[in-house]
Amino acid sequence: MSFMQKLMEGHEGGLRHETMTPLQKIAMRFVVIGLLYYGLASLEGMLMRAWEIKPLPFIDETHFFSIMTVHPMVGIFGSSYMIVFGAFLFLVSYLMKKPIYSIKMANLSWMTIAGGTLIMWLAGFLFSYAPLYTLYWPLPVDMEQFSAIGGIVYIVGVVGIMIGTFLFTYNVFKTILYTPEGWEKQPSGDLLKSALGLEGLLNFFRREKKEHLVPLPIAAISRGTIDMGLNAIVISSAGVLILIYMVGTVFGAELKGTWVDALLYKNIFWWGLDLIADGLVLIFVAGTWYLLAMIISGKDLFMQNIARAALFVEMVVSWTVWSHHLMSDQGQSNTLKVLSGEVVTAFELVTQGIAVFITLVTLYRARPLKMTNELKFLLGGILGFMLAVPAGIIQADLGMNRILHNTQWVIGTHVHVAILVGLTMTLYSAIYTLFPILTNGAKLYSQKLADIHFWLHLIGGIGMGAFMGMAGMDGMLRRAIYTNGEYNTYMILAGICGMMIMVAFVIFLYNIIMSIGIKGLIGIYKPAVIDTREPLPAEKES
Amino acid sequence: MADSIDVLFTLKVVYTIYVIIAISLIGWFATRVTRAGSAKGPKPAIFYTYIGVLVVLGTGLHFLTYNLVPWVPIDLNRDKLETHKMYHYTFKDHKIIPKEHPVYVECGKKVVFDVVSEDLTYGFGIFRQNNSMVTQMQVVPGSRNDLMWEFHKNGTYYIRSTEYSGPKGAQMILEDAIVVRGCDEDDHHAMKEGGRG
Ligand code: HEM
Repeated sequence: MSFMQKLMEGHEGGLRHETMTPLQKIAMRFVVIGLLYYGLASLEGMLMRAWEIKPLPFIDETHFFSIMTVHPMVGIFGSSYMIVFGAFLFLVSYLMKKPIYSIKMANLSWMTIAGGTLIMWLAGFLFSYAPLYTLYWPLPVDMEQFSAIGGIVYIVGVVGIMIGTFLFTYNVFKTILYTPEGWEKQPSGDLLKSALGLEGLLNFFRREKKEHLVPLPIAAISRGTIDMGLNAIVISSAGVLILIYMVGTVFGAELKGTWVDALLYKNIFWWGLDLIADGLVLIFVAGTWYLLAMIISGKDLFMQNIARAALFVEMVVSWTVWSHHLMSDQGQSNTLKVLSGEVVTAFELVTQGIAVFITLVTLYRARPLKMTNELKFLLGGILGFMLAVPAGIIQADLGMNRILHNTQWVIGTHVHVAILVGLTMTLYSAIYTLFPILTNGAKLYSQKLADIHFWLHLIGGIGMGAFMGMAGMDGMLRRAIYTNGEYNTYMILAGICGMMIMVAFVIFLYNIIMSIGIKGLIGIYKPAVIDTREPLPAEKES
Repeated sequence: MADSIDVLFTLKVVYTIYVIIAISLIGWFATRVTRAGSAKGPKPAIFYTYIGVLVVLGTGLHFLTYNLVPWVPIDLNRDKLETHKMYHYTFKDHKIIPKEHPVYVECGKKVVFDVVSEDLTYGFGIFRQNNSMVTQMQVVPGSRNDLMWEFHKNGTYYIRSTEYSGPKGAQMILEDAIVVRGCDEDDHHAMKEGGRG
């Protein structure tokens, strides 16, 4: 078979998209777009990496910061959200052994998030809108630095993403709770209690324990989804507020300096944002680890009940930790700094530590295991959080925050290690696990390429975090410009590591495209031939 | 008395050791999990001890820094402590406007930097000549931004905004803003070339 033929048809027959159910296709649509957006986030990351070594002549300072504004949004919403949504919509239906509530809603969800991300990205690319994702008041409405039209386009994009998020949230909960046609009436109240963890909480006080109605990964998905919904409300409200100011400016009404208290706004904003960073990311990741550990080991989870309880605690913790972002804000009360910023945040070490322990023991009890791609990437993901969570706990300390806040330590050692090593490697593990299930058995083109992808990504991810962290400890700020080569050694080393991550991704993408073929790839976006809301084709289920 | 250089050096050493341990642990696990062995899990006591250790580490860090890092108790109790001198700064239009420049700070005295922003959210950071950070706080418009500090080494420090306030604010620097004198020890990283701070 020639290279071109293989590229078109895929490996060993590639992906036969006509055999796929609508839900399999939807999950793949989410994942493919999520991966492409990941590529875009990496490319932007590399542009910034290069710029931080030496400013690139074709990118001016304003545009540098507009790249920095859209880069995490593309990475988190365009990529992580998309991959997670695709996987979870499929898994909720698959694990509950129930048809998905609405195929239409699921399709609308990926379209709005993909479209919203593109519109938001255009605000940066075309209009250089650059308030950064933290949107500290009144920067997003500073019309001396940004154009109102750029801001409006940005918010329209974010609204699209949030609409997609609400649709996903609704579809997930409806699928768990509804009664499909012809089925016996489902106990939706009890299902909801079990999904949210209330049953587990009540069990604590009951002599006769009630059994859990939803599997553990569904409990994780539900609890993370609650945080996601709450976050979408906060971000949408901030969006509406900014939009009012922007539209006011367009119509000549100057609202600057009115209404909004910057510190209160910052508190509300971080409360909402932490529902992602410290809520759904950690909860979804723990849930995904548990699921992957059970699939890889073929065994029940070690200490199931503790795992469920920890997921519940994690959700409550995520509602109360926001003050760790305001440790260097002198207007913030000391009580909040100590209680919410230091003490409650410390419990993230405990809940994430529990997830690490339970996952590793579950795997260990199933020895000997084969070192598959799923297992390899799962261990990489666990390592990522083992490194990034303590880094976060360290910076959530009144003494350390004074000298680490807004430095490259925060964004390198904590954020990028958590996202690139912890989250992304967990997602790669999930992708390798779901790949044969979603494609009805398509074969991977090259194991050697998968291995290279693994090592380049792992070393690049940890290395980039390490060199950014060292620069941070030597005083290098994040979101700042240094033109005299002050931190060039670190930045060149971080650049080399960033390049490894980027090359790893290109290799992975090539491997996947060669596996499913261009025809298969295009087929994912064609309407499904099979008309069902079940997750798998009929003959596969039996 | 410990300064940011000492604290960050300790962090570098401790965190590097931790990273090596974590990587080795996962590496060890990866080799062991592929070999045959007992299917038994650890005893519950091990699990609960591990949780106990995490709780102690997570919360213990804060007790440790409260007692070892000098600026933590000062910051938490600054309302009750006597201020030797107060220095005022205004941040406006991406500029740092000092009331006095430079300010001469006496060694070992509690001074307060009181900063007002008239437009955006900024940051107030004090840096040595080698660009390492001494301390910082956020500067939020309409809010109280007061940082109490004690210097124990001679040196000349510059102020830089540590918070993003738009592309125009990416390099907001006030050179040679703070001169500390009267200490027995020099801050080697904060000395202007060829002379004392
Ligand atoms: C090859 C991959 C990547 C590289 C090389 C990279 C590089 C960078 C660089 C250079 C910065 C600016 C740091 C600064 O000076 O402040 C940055 C910021 C950031 N990146 Fe990445 N990045 C990558 C992937 C990602 C992904 C996938 C995500 C999210 C899913 C992400 C999230 C963020 C966030 C949240 C920021 C902070 C932006 C801000 O300060 O407003 N990065 N990244």
